[in-house]
Amino acid sequence: MLLIRCPYCEEERPELEFRNAGEAHIARSANISGESDDDFEKFFFIRSNPKGIIYERWRHMHGCARFFNAVRDTVTDKFVMTYKAGEPKPSKLPGVAK
Amino acid sequence: MAKAAARTAATASPSAERRSALAGRTVSATGAKVEVLPPAERISLRAPEASVPALSKALGVTLPKQPKTSASKGGRTALWLGPDEWLVIDEAGKDPLADCAEVSALHSSVGISHRNIAISVTGPAAEAAINSGCPQDLSLEAFPVGAASRTILGKAEIVLLRTAEDAFRVECWRSFSDYVFTFLSEGARDAAG
Amino acid sequence: MSGALRISGAGRLSQAKTARFSFDGQSYTGIEGDTLASALLANGVHLVGRSFKYHRPRGILSAGAEEPNALVQIVRDDARKTPNVRATVQELYDGLAANSQNRWPSLSFDVSAVNDLASPLFSAGFYYKTFMWPKAAWKSLYEPKIREAAGLGVSPDKPDPDHYSSRYAHCDVLVLGGGAAGIAAALAAAETGARVILADEQAEFGGSLRFESGAKIDGQDGFAWAQAAIARLRAMDNVRVLPRTTAFGYYAQNFVGLVERVSDHLKAPGHDLPRERLWQVRAKRVVLASGAIERHMVFANNDRPGIMLAGAARTFLNHYGVAVGRNVGVYTANDSAYAAAIDLKKAGVNVAAIVDLRDNPTGPVIDEARALGIEINFGRAVIRAGGKLRVSSMTVQPKNGGGERTVPVDAILMSAGWTPSVHLFSQSRGKVAFNDETKRFVPGTYAQDCISVGACNGTDGLSATVDEAYAAGAKAAKDAGAKTAKGTKPKVDASESWSRGMLGAAPGAGPDTTVKAFVDFQNDVTAKDIRQAVHEGMRSIEHVKRFTTNGMATDQGKTSNMHGLAIAAETLGKPIPEVGLTTFRAPYTPVTFGAIVSHARGPLFDPTRKTAIHPWAEAQGAVFEDVGQWKRAWYFPKAGEDMHAAVDRECVAVRNQAGLFDASTLGKIEVVGPDAAKFMELLYTNPWEKLELGRCRYGIMLREDGFIYDDGVVGRLAPDRFHVTTTTGGAPRVMNHMEDYLQTEFPHLNVWLTSITEQWAVIAVQGPKSRDIIAPLVEGIDMSDEALPHMSVREGKICGVPTRLFRMSFTGERGFEVNVPADYGQAVWEALWAEGQKHDATAYGTEAMHVLRAEKGYIIVGQDTDGTVTPNDAGLDWAVGKKKVDFVGIRGMARPDLVAKGRKQLVGLKTKDPKVVLEEGAQIVEDPKQAIPMKMIGHVTSSYWSQNCGRSIALALVAGGRDRMGDTLYVPMPNGVIEVEVTGMVFFDETGGRLNG
Repeated sequence: MLLIRCPYCEEERPELEFRNAGEAHIARSANISGESDDDFEKFFFIRSNPKGIIYERWRHMHGCARFFNAVRDTVTDKFVMTYKAGEPKPSKLPGVAK
Repeated sequence: MAKAAARTAATASPSAERRSALAGRTVSATGAKVEVLPPAERISLRAPEASVPALSKALGVTLPKQPKTSASKGGRTALWLGPDEWLVIDEAGKDPLADCAEVSALHSSVGISHRNIAISVTGPAAEAAINSGCPQDLSLEAFPVGAASRTILGKAEIVLLRTAEDAFRVECWRSFSDYVFTFLSEGARDAAG
Repeated sequence: MSGALRISGAGRLSQAKTARFSFDGQSYTGIEGDTLASALLANGVHLVGRSFKYHRPRGILSAGAEEPNALVQIVRDDARKTPNVRATVQELYDGLAANSQNRWPSLSFDVSAVNDLASPLFSAGFYYKTFMWPKAAWKSLYEPKIREAAGLGVSPDKPDPDHYSSRYAHCDVLVLGGGAAGIAAALAAAETGARVILADEQAEFGGSLRFESGAKIDGQDGFAWAQAAIARLRAMDNVRVLPRTTAFGYYAQNFVGLVERVSDHLKAPGHDLPRERLWQVRAKRVVLASGAIERHMVFANNDRPGIMLAGAARTFLNHYGVAVGRNVGVYTANDSAYAAAIDLKKAGVNVAAIVDLRDNPTGPVIDEARALGIEINFGRAVIRAGGKLRVSSMTVQPKNGGGERTVPVDAILMSAGWTPSVHLFSQSRGKVAFNDETKRFVPGTYAQDCISVGACNGTDGLSATVDEAYAAGAKAAKDAGAKTAKGTKPKVDASESWSRGMLGAAPGAGPDTTVKAFVDFQNDVTAKDIRQAVHEGMRSIEHVKRFTTNGMATDQGKTSNMHGLAIAAETLGKPIPEVGLTTFRAPYTPVTFGAIVSHARGPLFDPTRKTAIHPWAEAQGAVFEDVGQWKRAWYFPKAGEDMHAAVDRECVAVRNQAGLFDASTLGKIEVVGPDAAKFMELLYTNPWEKLELGRCRYGIMLREDGFIYDDGVVGRLAPDRFHVTTTTGGAPRVMNHMEDYLQTEFPHLNVWLTSITEQWAVIAVQGPKSRDIIAPLVEGIDMSDEALPHMSVREGKICGVPTRLFRMSFTGERGFEVNVPADYGQAVWEALWAEGQKHDATAYGTEAMHVLRAEKGYIIVGQDTDGTVTPNDAGLDWAVGKKKVDFVGIRGMARPDLVAKGRKQLVGLKTKDPKVVLEEGAQIVEDPKQAIPMKMIGHVTSSYWSQNCGRSIALALVAGGRDRMGDTLYVPMPNGVIEVEVTGMVFFDETGGRLNG
């Protein structure tokens, strides 16, 4: 069972309290009804599924109940960092060479 | 049942009998006692930071802003559950819902007195009893007196409040209370061993 | 008398405390503190089992958790028959009953031992070669026979009557292994005040101090020092000492799984004690002090009962006071077996000869053995053991060939050296490194916050071990945030020391031979098998392992891995590190399902949720059905009624008089805030801004893909307050869906969501008499049709308690849903029931509810929809706000495929024969005479007998269904084809007049 740092509770908490909510930073268009089929396909169906660093959404379901974002390495299954929902994609990741 | 029905039909006045889930249930093991607490008034309070002073004033207890903390005054306890969420429990028979209704500052206050059941776990083995199914570190360093958190017990969600070094209040939803009580009873029995 | 081979004055057990036990029905006497293995050996019993594949007689190899051979079945009663218990781990209690396994009809005469003679059939890879053809024989013949023959022990066929518990624990320093290293590390860490957990798999702490008679620490005998140190640790508040506790798995972020055997050693465990306790420990730092495991020598017939590890023989003597034989031989490639010979000789056992593969070793133990008059043969090998059910001789030959000599013995003690126990280190994802000089894998690169100390780290000698462990314990505590240690390091006054040894097959079992020299005892893998695997093309050690099954038995190759690797490397002509080590996986030793399941059985398997009204329904004899975790009243049978009759009666009563229904499980969410209506506009297809106060609307929620996700009636209590209902099963995910959009897509909205599902008990009162039943109990609400029309909500009081009274209907009749605070639910129900009796009302369950709503064509999300149904498909276009420019699903709904012609649409079906009730899920075709596979154009989603309609009714998803009204379609079933007519979805009261009836 992993420990995940909740950016709202400001501490690491057991994985059992959390739930994954898919890839992060996929913006829903403010004019969604005017979107083309291609754009909607990209928005709704296409996910990056990378080997390595992934930006994803988690919810501290059985804690503060907040959604937040996390950077995780899909190879090592280690969390690199977490940050609050709405905050921009971090430009620098601690401990990750790029 | 016939008695209650007859009374209400005759007068249509306050008469429906309150039947709490698990009322009066208690289990004692060496070192830990698990018992259902009496009904209390509760609200789920949601508000942005700007409204906190006004709500604190109306409730008579300062809403805590630090994660995993609570504040208590005059039989009323406010538990920080999230950055804009508090569980307010009143054990003094006063109605926090009515107090919040007076506040014009932006907020949401919803009565949940009957949604939750409170179970107390007390005794030197209380911490171990809860750790039978709760994955959080409940040592005094990590979870001091007054600490409060929504978390997990086995397969149920609970809200945990440490009321003393060897006493916890466990809140859960009504229909989970049998499960939670039974789990804590097994935990208490094992923690005693 | 506790056994003929018990040596008076030897060991640490009190001879006075005897315990009776039985093995294969024969009674014996042992001593409290014995393991089953030591008690059997004290009685001269070496033959304890039969091997897995060849059914060869097997004895006791070790004195610990690494035991591959001595697996027995412990029988407490009919339900407690534990198979595969290691006799070397099972503690003796008075009355213990054990049976041998894998033999028939008896241990000494086993019919399947013919496998031993037929062994060419069972060579490496035989699983992959033997049972390939004919294919059909696999299921009928091979698999059942293999399962029967291959089983080790017998599973109990009754539910496990024991209980198991679990505990999450957190600590600063977790020390795994309670030998000298672990104890020293724990002392150092504990003295800083850090929270320490020390666990060891044995009943008593001390590890190798149990047999190392030469160890002295702080002026005491090593084992006595260990006991004193443990007593000190136990007395400290910050330390938890766990004996009989095995660390079985090392997971991410220093999360370690331990199993504590709480009561398997007790004669009559109290009911309060669990059998085992699962510890899930999160440690800031872990100190691994798991020691080393002695290897056997690989020579012909090295599996004969009586042949065992030298360290084990010493443990049996020095700890349990048992001589493993009266005339023992020793076969070794390192010094440690000399100590065993010396201890036994001093205890009065004849040591026939020491055979040492090394040419001219020197050292104090060799001198001491020689001084005791023990015959020592250097540069020689034991090329074979004699005897069958018990070893009777060893045949010695110079290692480079020459004349053989046979020495009669009744036991052989062997030692090929010691393998550091890097299992947990490896599980932590650390990388091991091969030390070419000492020929062993030791911890190399660490992946987690842990440190290895002592023998498992390749550290030789007690003094170096204690130094290293004490420093590591102090550092671990400091790294975890504790202060500096203020204790004093234990001082080692005397110790034994050995290292080196050999890997692989010994002379006499080389490539030129076909002898059975076992590498893996439990899976019957010989040196020859490993070589054969390489010859047949296996190059990677992972392939060799799978092909031969070396190291794949329940002992996970604790004694065999290094030998297997060395033989493979030699055969491949490569150095050992190039061939690589197989990965160690959890669990370190087998873990019971009971421990893993722990509390989660019986009432704690999963929460069983019951409504406030449940006790009433139960008292009425209701039959319940599971809806998710909820128990819901399904129907209320009266005396003599079956389900069919009860449901018919309930359905008719609702339409003719009235019915009461417990709707408490419906999900309920209070949406509060100035932007509540805006939020509702975005989450539901319907328009909400203009919904008047006190009015309700049926809402549809979509996912972004345009498919129906949930539905429910929503009431507006105030401009900024909505009472939203959801389906019973959908409640948690709908709440999550709404929170997701609120928090991450629409965080600018000032609105909050609160689950009130359990705040309110909900009593549906439906039927023409419903108002008459409710009205007398209500205060402050005008119940007239003008003041409280269909689809409205009022707050007031009922029976003196607060209510949210909804006028709404899921039956098509005049109807109400009475919400009251949950604790009042039953009392208000009872009051309504009493009123209802005056009007011949009935209680109805979920089945009648389903029938009644189907009669009206009301859908159930999740039954009539399946995640691929749009509002249009379901005939619910009217509920989609046409002027809206945004709501979740608005774009998805417009995808080309979702607006294409020919989509499956929800329609009604009437069977041509009104008495025939379709099966839900049945497929629908246009032409029943077409060739198979037929083209299926839809399926039945709901189907019931409707007593109110006097016929069967059904709903179905049919391609282009709304264009097929009046058409005849076909439902092919095993007993014939059923003809159906496509109809509208409303079967009863098409005009809807009864809503106000």
